[in-house]
Amino acid sequence: MEKFKRTIKYESELNRDFTKEVINSPGGEGILECIQCGTCSGTCPLSIYMDYPPRRIIAMVREGFKDEVLSSKTIWLCASCYSCQVECPQNIKITYIMYALKRMAIKEGKYPKKFQIPVLAKTFYDMVSKNGRQSEARLVMNLWLKTSLLKIFKNSLFGLKLLNKGRLSFKEEKIKDKKTLKKLLKEA
Amino acid sequence: MNDKKYFYYPGCSLKGTGKSYEKSLLAVFKYLEIEMPELPDWNCCGATTYMSIDELASFKMAVRNLSIAEKEDRDIIAPCSACYMVLNKTLHFIKEYPDIREKVCEAVKKANINELYEGKVKVRHPLDILINEVGIDKIKSKIKRTLAGIRVFSYYGCLLTRPFTDFDNPRYPVNLDRIVEATGAETVESALKTKCCGGSLSGTIEEVGLRLSYLILREAKRKGAHLIVTVCPLCQFNLEVYQDRMEKMFKDKLSIPVIYFTQLLGVALGIEEKELGFNHHIIYPEILYQKAAV
Repeated sequence: MEKFKRTIKYESELNRDFTKEVINSPGGEGILECIQCGTCSGTCPLSIYMDYPPRRIIAMVREGFKDEVLSSKTIWLCASCYSCQVECPQNIKITYIMYALKRMAIKEGKYPKKFQIPVLAKTFYDMVSKNGRQSEARLVMNLWLKTSLLKIFKNSLFGLKLLNKGRLSFKEEKIKDKKTLKKLLKEA
Repeated sequence: MNDKKYFYYPGCSLKGTGKSYEKSLLAVFKYLEIEMPELPDWNCCGATTYMSIDELASFKMAVRNLSIAEKEDRDIIAPCSACYMVLNKTLHFIKEYPDIREKVCEAVKKANINELYEGKVKVRHPLDILINEVGIDKIKSKIKRTLAGIRVFSYYGCLLTRPFTDFDNPRYPVNLDRIVEATGAETVESALKTKCCGGSLSGTIEEVGLRLSYLILREAKRKGAHLIVTVCPLCQFNLEVYQDRMEKMFKDKLSIPVIYFTQLLGVALGIEEKELGFNHHIIYPEILYQKAAV
């Protein structure tokens, strides 16, 4: 017998606390003003690759589709180019909202675990919090060690080319006053 | 010139993959007598990534730099578009959200960076300084070799013009074109001049990142540009070093030089070639020295 799967959600399955949390994050205040015109999706250079384009993400946040939004690839594909935010006729801070969603996805462990973009974000965050600076070559190496060993081999010639041109270094960059930085990040 | 004092904030890229940006920027600013010592013990601004993990921490990272500059009453010159955006975003959030301001200020005080952080430092881009402090007329008066006959695609990318820039229009910015025209070169007009190059996506989801960069290169080629001029180290990297991959991926011949606006201006000002860092490039902009009359 053919199996039928429900494709809509009942209201009781929606998470309104999630909506409130996004509204209360800096930049999320305006989300209820959205008129669903689609300018954000139209101007977004990545929307053709997204599981839900920006307009739908905003609509889903407003209705409380928490799991779908937080586990989407959309929020990570956002390259933070701010086109949507600048073009939005309702002045909604869409890029800030995407950032808020990324943070929630990390906090709740909902991000796609093998997806390179959130792994890069975490690797970058750890490196900069520890050393105060990022070391480009090490960052990329760490990312590939965690996600795709194949990429290390595939890119070895590419790396050599950059080394040759003096544009790549494996040196660990760090600031002198790491103690102050550590204190600054810990306080308040 | 006025009596404003500046600090140069290189950010991580200008010390690494964007070395030729640093070299040419320092050479041009020295030539124009703009004093700009490096910000002491600066730290990473957090780029576009750090704030996707912890927003408050990202503001604190940025404020450490701003605080060091504030102590000496100098404004920051941030040549990387991501640094420029993040530092300005931090100033903006501190002004807009009192609870963020309070937390950040308290942490700055407790960490002994600045007794009282006021947020009065301005963050500026070298393009803004050239246009609004030096002025186009003065730049024109110093041109030693005209770049007439060279067609240049002025590529602004995202973060210089969006969302915090107060010196240009976010949709149709013109200031980079004005610098290009001051050198005698011709500008190529395009709606793609502020389209995203893909940012860090070229290092993560390569097929997606490279397509965005390719669209820009293809446009420049079709419009007959001899070279592309950028203001951002990540845009420069994406548009230049992946060209052979894009050629394979899209079966299209590209090989178009992508240089920094400070390099183009440096050539026109007659600054020695070796000071402008062309040796770090994979595609050497031969045309600059073929056509430019000495």
